[in-house]
Amino acid sequence: MAGRVVLHGMWASPYSKRVELALKVKGIEYEYAEEDLKNKSEELLRYNPVHKKVPVLVHDGKPIAESLVIIEYIDETWKEGPRLLPQDPYERAKVRFWTGFLQQQLFEAIFAVIKTDGEAQERAVKEVHEKLKVLEEGIKGSYSGGSPFINGNSMGLLDIVVCSTLGAHKIHEEVLGVKFLDPEKYPRVTSWVTALVELPLVKEATPPLEKVVGLLQFLRSSFLESAAA
Amino acid sequence: MGEELKLLGVWGSPFSRRVEIALKIKGVEYEYSEEDLFHNKSALLLEYNPVHKKIPVLVHNGKPIAESLVILEYIDETWKDSPLLPQDPYERAIARFWAKFLDEKCVPAVWKSCMSVGPEREKAQEEALEFLSTLEGELKGKKFFGGETVGFVDIVANFVGHWTGVLQEMAGVDILTEDKFPVLCKWAEEFQNCPVIKENLPPRDKLLAFFKAQRETITNFYKNKV
Repeated sequence: MAGRVVLHGMWASPYSKRVELALKVKGIEYEYAEEDLKNKSEELLRYNPVHKKVPVLVHDGKPIAESLVIIEYIDETWKEGPRLLPQDPYERAKVRFWTGFLQQQLFEAIFAVIKTDGEAQERAVKEVHEKLKVLEEGIKGSYSGGSPFINGNSMGLLDIVVCSTLGAHKIHEEVLGVKFLDPEKYPRVTSWVTALVELPLVKEATPPLEKVVGLLQFLRSSFLESAAA
Repeated sequence: MGEELKLLGVWGSPFSRRVEIALKIKGVEYEYSEEDLFHNKSALLLEYNPVHKKIPVLVHNGKPIAESLVILEYIDETWKDSPLLPQDPYERAIARFWAKFLDEKCVPAVWKSCMSVGPEREKAQEEALEFLSTLEGELKGKKFFGGETVGFVDIVANFVGHWTGVLQEMAGVDILTEDKFPVLCKWAEEFQNCPVIKENLPPRDKLLAFFKAQRETITNFYKNKV
């Protein structure tokens, strides 16, 4: 499958990272355009007029926005290379269900912890633990056969989303002082995330720890300031 | 074929009706089970959707699938006649993009515009107008979002096509009006008159009466939902 592929992304955006991982898993050659979110390029605004956000994948001049939509597009367009979603419709439904859960429930809950302090943060932390418990139970039920990696050691969509949601747990610990991934409470989730962050592809795509910690600390103080204002 | 297909749903839910429309378009037979969401969720629902405890849930040969968009894609991939999504990957991506926009932006904004109170309601109304305007732009001269016939996005937009009119009447707000959104309103009319859709929409007066009577219960029930 030929054609020029350009990814408009941002180095610290987990959404952007998801698409990068998908492209790397498939072995697709692409150009990367780093966006300054405070000064978005004219192209980004033209390619994603509805949300004006990254990531946007541009394939032969045609733009696609929304990370999960992009990854399904990648899987359907580049049929060579490892599959990002399973073949079987029921297995695909399971992947989409859990991806949705991770995005709408867990990711949002972690984001709430970043944006709050005091009692509100305590509540948010509690909610993250509730969601992790559900995820742990879910893996037990849906993937009792073993590793959720759909191609042995090759990441699929669900692995990518787990990685982008929980992969930064050490950073969360450092900036927020909260440990989410308790191996005793969430053995399956913890071992899954631990295995994912060790993959060469993921390590390659992970920005330096201090850089992310710095940004997260900055984001957190901005949120807290504007909440207090 | 010896298939067992069951849908757990609720007569007044747009999410539930999406699945019914899809199954009817595909000409697939299924057993329907009405859930009592407010007072008494069935043991089956809690077993089949332990994560969210919500409808719709489609159970195919004992295997449950939850979340209406996930169910729609499952239906489209399992029964290949009368495709809901386009065949071309780029067109599919565009359809999925708009389905997400509808569910993540339009539905919550319209809902809160009618069900919320105070500044949250005002903010929601501003957003709803903005989002509906974007939707109107996307229709741009097409009969349906899917082109000449009803497709994936039209099914997902059922909330805009039918429920919005009812909710705004109940709440006494003006959101989806002909003067502001002529294209969208025309689409809503076409949508509601489409045979397979018409048979699968809850009657307007029944829906209106339901929302009026249940307003407080729903407001409390949905406070954490959207």
